[in-house]
Amino acid sequence: MNAPLPPTTAAGRIALDQVSIRVGNGKDAFTAVDRIDLDIAPGEFVCLLGPSGCGKSTLLGALAGHLTPSAGTLRINDGAITGPSSERGLVFQHHTLFPWRRVIDNVAFGLKMRGIKQAERHAAARELLALVGLAGFEQRYPSQLSGGMQQRVEIARVLIGQPRVLLMDEPFGALDALTRLKMQQLLLDVWARFRTTVVFVTHDIDEALFLADRILVMSPRPGRIVEDLRLPFARPRGADLSTSADFVALKRHCLALLHHDAPVPPLPRLTPLGAPDIRTLQFAI
Amino acid sequence: MSLRLPNPAARVLPGISLLASVLLWHVLATSKLHLGLVTFANAPSPREVWDAGLDLLQSPKLLFHLGHSLWRVFAGFAAAAVAGVALGLSIGRFGWARGTLLPPLEVLRPIPAVAWIPLSVLLFPSSEVSMIFITFVGALFPILLATIHGVEGIDARLVASARSLGARRWRVFTEVILPGAAPAIVTGLAIGMGTCWFCLVTAEMISGQFGIGYYTWESYTLQNYANIVVGMLLIGVLGMGSSALIRTLGRLAMPWRGASL
Repeated sequence: MNAPLPPTTAAGRIALDQVSIRVGNGKDAFTAVDRIDLDIAPGEFVCLLGPSGCGKSTLLGALAGHLTPSAGTLRINDGAITGPSSERGLVFQHHTLFPWRRVIDNVAFGLKMRGIKQAERHAAARELLALVGLAGFEQRYPSQLSGGMQQRVEIARVLIGQPRVLLMDEPFGALDALTRLKMQQLLLDVWARFRTTVVFVTHDIDEALFLADRILVMSPRPGRIVEDLRLPFARPRGADLSTSADFVALKRHCLALLHHDAPVPPLPRLTPLGAPDIRTLQFAI
Repeated sequence: MSLRLPNPAARVLPGISLLASVLLWHVLATSKLHLGLVTFANAPSPREVWDAGLDLLQSPKLLFHLGHSLWRVFAGFAAAAVAGVALGLSIGRFGWARGTLLPPLEVLRPIPAVAWIPLSVLLFPSSEVSMIFITFVGALFPILLATIHGVEGIDARLVASARSLGARRWRVFTEVILPGAAPAIVTGLAIGMGTCWFCLVTAEMISGQFGIGYYTWESYTLQNYANIVVGMLLIGVLGMGSSALIRTLGRLAMPWRGASL
């Protein structure tokens, strides 16, 4: 676990100025994110908390560069975001590992894109796999791993490029409760070494409270930030945190925020790539 | 890995079924059954076909006919594979390619390859080239459509992830689009190989001088009825074998498919 890691690059500062994002096409288009102003300090761990369809994933997609805001500007370290970049790593709810690449080559992918030689990138990938507890699984294919292991590989694959910002879209949402707790702890351990800026989308209050320095609570349609909470909990954090009085009080506060407009019907989940994709195939064989 | 062993009856059933079919054929052919609509008066029996097959195996004609047919299939199929995959990848990936290349192809697609025979005889002075062209047309569309489907079926999140990891346009193509569409392409190639044989045999019957299809037709005109069935079976075996070859090569090229613990 204590293998020497390459020096961490500077974590990114995120600045949003009056950002609005519309998703969908034609008549179905709607404003998913409405005039958000936001500053996130370098190295901060921020959770975007809100109900399904509130636009938090949409905002993440814009930070990743996969969605273009309809108004306003997004900046990382004073550079405008114009498209996807390996400076901003993105982790989806369900893994996006390449089924045709072995685990080690999935993790090494970002380095391959930078033209780094195979021996060197494999060595770096091995270190990261050990860091996320997957030493010995290098030669497997993604389909041969459990859901939790696949997400670990995904995280390792994003971190190998030493992104300034790590963007995570409910990365543990599809895992069972026990695996999710383990993964949250693992993420904090890994983050303690990499210290990149993290924007973590979730609708799980416990998860947000356990992980974050700061929670931004969002309201649905149009998506706005209704509360900016700074968490007082010391690090490193352990499982006992979730039963402390402060934690429970903050949880009650968040629950009240999320439920204050309860009559709103459940909205479809949005993705960092826009509205749910309804693809029409143009032919049939 | 399934732990359930197939029961003995299920294992021998296919063999029994095949034997029964040959037996039925034998009875129909030797009894010269005449049923009005269909007659077996001139149908060769399994025994005659077997003897004719052994004769052909020992004669130099076999390699000669086989060589011609295999070469035509190989040439037509290779051209169709290159064109179908290249066109399919660009049509599936790029809007401009879809707009410009797809409309004429969509108009040509419903025309059966066999309907191209007269025109191709006019277009190509060499009958050899015209037959290769027919097999090319036959294989092109299954390969093209399967490739387009394969590209369209790729998870957009995989492309997004590749770009977030620093892959540029060309790298997205080689690292994500191509391997992502590969299973569909292999299916298209296997189907295309089947239609290749179908079209080749028809083309050879019409404009060939050698080849397995020509051999089958020639046997009819020479009234060597047993040889007709030998030719038919040979075509079936070759078609099945070459499709199986494609699938096997596909499996070898895609070790991640069917990888399990």
